[in-house]
Amino acid sequence: MSNVFIAFQKNEETRSIIEAILADNPNATVDDQPGMVRIDAPNTMTIKRETVEEVMGRRFNLQELHINLITLTGHIDETDDEFTLSWKH
Amino acid sequence: MDMKVAKKLGLKERYNLMTRDLDWEPSYQAKEAIYPFLEYEGIKIHDWSKFEDPFRLTMDAYWKYQAEKERKLYAILDAFNQSNGHLGVTDARYINNLKLFLTGVTPLEYMAHRGFAHVGRQLAGAGPRVACLMQSLDEIRHAQTQIHSMSNYNKYYNGFQNWRHQHDRVWYLSVPKSFFDDAVTSGPFEFMVAIGFAFEYVLTNLLFVPFISGAAYNGDMGAMAFGFSAQSDESRHMTLGLEMIKFLLEQDPANVPIVQRWLDKWFWRGYRVLTLVAMMQDYMLPKRVMSWKEAWEIYAEQNGGALFADLARYGIKPPAGWVQACKDKDHLSHQAWAVFYNYGAAAPFHTWTPSAEEMDWLSSKYPDTFDKYYRPRYEHWAEQAKEGNRFYNGTLPMLCTTCQIPMFFTEPDDPTKICYRESDYKGDKYHFCSDGCKDIFDHEPEKYIQSWLPVHQIYQGNCFGPDADPTSPDFNPLMEVLKWYKLEFGQDNLDYEGSPDKKNFEAWRAQATKN
Amino acid sequence: MAVAAVKTYEFSPKDSQDKFPAPLLYIGWEDHLLFCAPFCVPLPPPMIFGDMLKGPLAGMFGYHPEFAKVDWDKAEWFKSGKPWKPDYTKSLADNGLKHKDVIRFRTPGLTGIKGSCS
Repeated sequence: MSNVFIAFQKNEETRSIIEAILADNPNATVDDQPGMVRIDAPNTMTIKRETVEEVMGRRFNLQELHINLITLTGHIDETDDEFTLSWKH
Repeated sequence: MDMKVAKKLGLKERYNLMTRDLDWEPSYQAKEAIYPFLEYEGIKIHDWSKFEDPFRLTMDAYWKYQAEKERKLYAILDAFNQSNGHLGVTDARYINNLKLFLTGVTPLEYMAHRGFAHVGRQLAGAGPRVACLMQSLDEIRHAQTQIHSMSNYNKYYNGFQNWRHQHDRVWYLSVPKSFFDDAVTSGPFEFMVAIGFAFEYVLTNLLFVPFISGAAYNGDMGAMAFGFSAQSDESRHMTLGLEMIKFLLEQDPANVPIVQRWLDKWFWRGYRVLTLVAMMQDYMLPKRVMSWKEAWEIYAEQNGGALFADLARYGIKPPAGWVQACKDKDHLSHQAWAVFYNYGAAAPFHTWTPSAEEMDWLSSKYPDTFDKYYRPRYEHWAEQAKEGNRFYNGTLPMLCTTCQIPMFFTEPDDPTKICYRESDYKGDKYHFCSDGCKDIFDHEPEKYIQSWLPVHQIYQGNCFGPDADPTSPDFNPLMEVLKWYKLEFGQDNLDYEGSPDKKNFEAWRAQATKN
Repeated sequence: MAVAAVKTYEFSPKDSQDKFPAPLLYIGWEDHLLFCAPFCVPLPPPMIFGDMLKGPLAGMFGYHPEFAKVDWDKAEWFKSGKPWKPDYTKSLADNGLKHKDVIRFRTPGLTGIKGSCS
């Protein structure tokens, strides 16, 4: 089993996104680096729009992720409600 | 009154309508005439509709989010300028990273723009065409924002002024330049594997961490801003690259060996270009985020390893040079910086020996190699420089025909022996730095016998200005080459110690921190 | 193998000997990586090998503190990686050196700065 990861710029918006990821993916770990935050998880990681909205306190379109994204790895599956990275087929 | 409210379309439906649904079947031109480059590389595509952008990004959403990125970037750049941000960096040695980036990388962004525009035109599927269009626009945005951001440094520091002129001429810049020229002169599918996959997906993470995180760590808000803004597009580029490779592998089993060969070639080409990043990370950043070796372990060995484990189901093996690249991690940066220290008179940025404290850091990060092989070299240079005998190598080096880098790489299992490889082709000898570069040549010798090798070009007399007179008794060929580079001797080049950059930075910083 | 191309792909080599004032010779000193890479120099074929050692080579390698200690009678030579015995009294051409040949020499007992092969 391999890890997937995603990294964001460190700012107000991504603070909420990261909090949401940690709530929905109990196996995820955070690596704080200068200017950026990287989150790793074994095999799969899901970002849920609903959770992000709860933490952020506003409507959130998952495509807003693009603005603060730095890098990622794994196969992507994106819908209006969920953004998933995984090594599954 | 009855109102029929149309249900908002989902992401998948929007993507379908805004990409594939906009495509049409040609009626009065043959498909082969519209897309003439799809067959000659031997790649077989049976169903273009199987390609789908996993982000499902449509053009309307693209403009919206790109505009948002630009607004953020320019707000930060304004703040940076208003607050004299350039004085906030660790020390002016840091700025040499930007000089290297502007001369070596920014022109490649522009070439990537051209490459993806061309390939986007040539691919017969609407999905990859739209994705290539977006990437082409991203790449020209990167070129523009980098030029713009770094122009703020050009007001204060030397070595930025002739970056575009130098990209086509200066010896070490032929390395990134020839890398990209090689890619854009390939067919559309090879270009996608070369840049979209091998470079963007497998290797660019090794650029993000040292450069952008390094900029943040060294107090450079300007570079951090353009870097992050660009990298937000890179995730999409990596995704396009990975999707393209899966698409090619799934379309026809005959594609697998072709793709494997491209992976072998372009992993190695890209890895050789990253040599510059390795030395930037270990030697050029005054504050270091992580060593090259650590970055390699995380982003190449772990991440690349996961990727190639995943691609094994198609019969794809890790690239041929993978094992050697993993062995090199203990040596690459030390050997690379030694090259620039040797030829510090011929490059438009400054070089230096690491301080005692920095050497200790290198020892701790490279316990098996730094003290044994490299510390004596750097300490000797430092002592000599102290005595006024700073080493500037005055004879031109032998270059590898394929990657065009001076032949400094050592044998994979012996860091004391330079690695020499050669091939004979039509009565001439050609030399290489590695098995990887030799294999690339041997496969397409017709292409690489045309290499514009800077050292050979100098000896052919092609690198002097129109007013140079080789017959005059005081003709100094090396100085004439530097003039042709538009490099200001004593200002743009030589050691950081004693440079105008160092003097100015210290004076300005003193003004900024004292009354 | 050949380049995949849409039409005939044939170009003349950029570095054939006729384009240079003299044939190129590549020269490396084993175990002395203070010089980061082997050198590339055009040298006239009639030049006597021994004169090359005293002239051009001293210019290239003289910065190294060990260069003055080199005993040319004990130096071991390699051409394209294989052991080779040049005749110091003969010319480069008579020693069989051609355009873009690569030669290196090893100086037994000299192992670089503090024995690090630098």
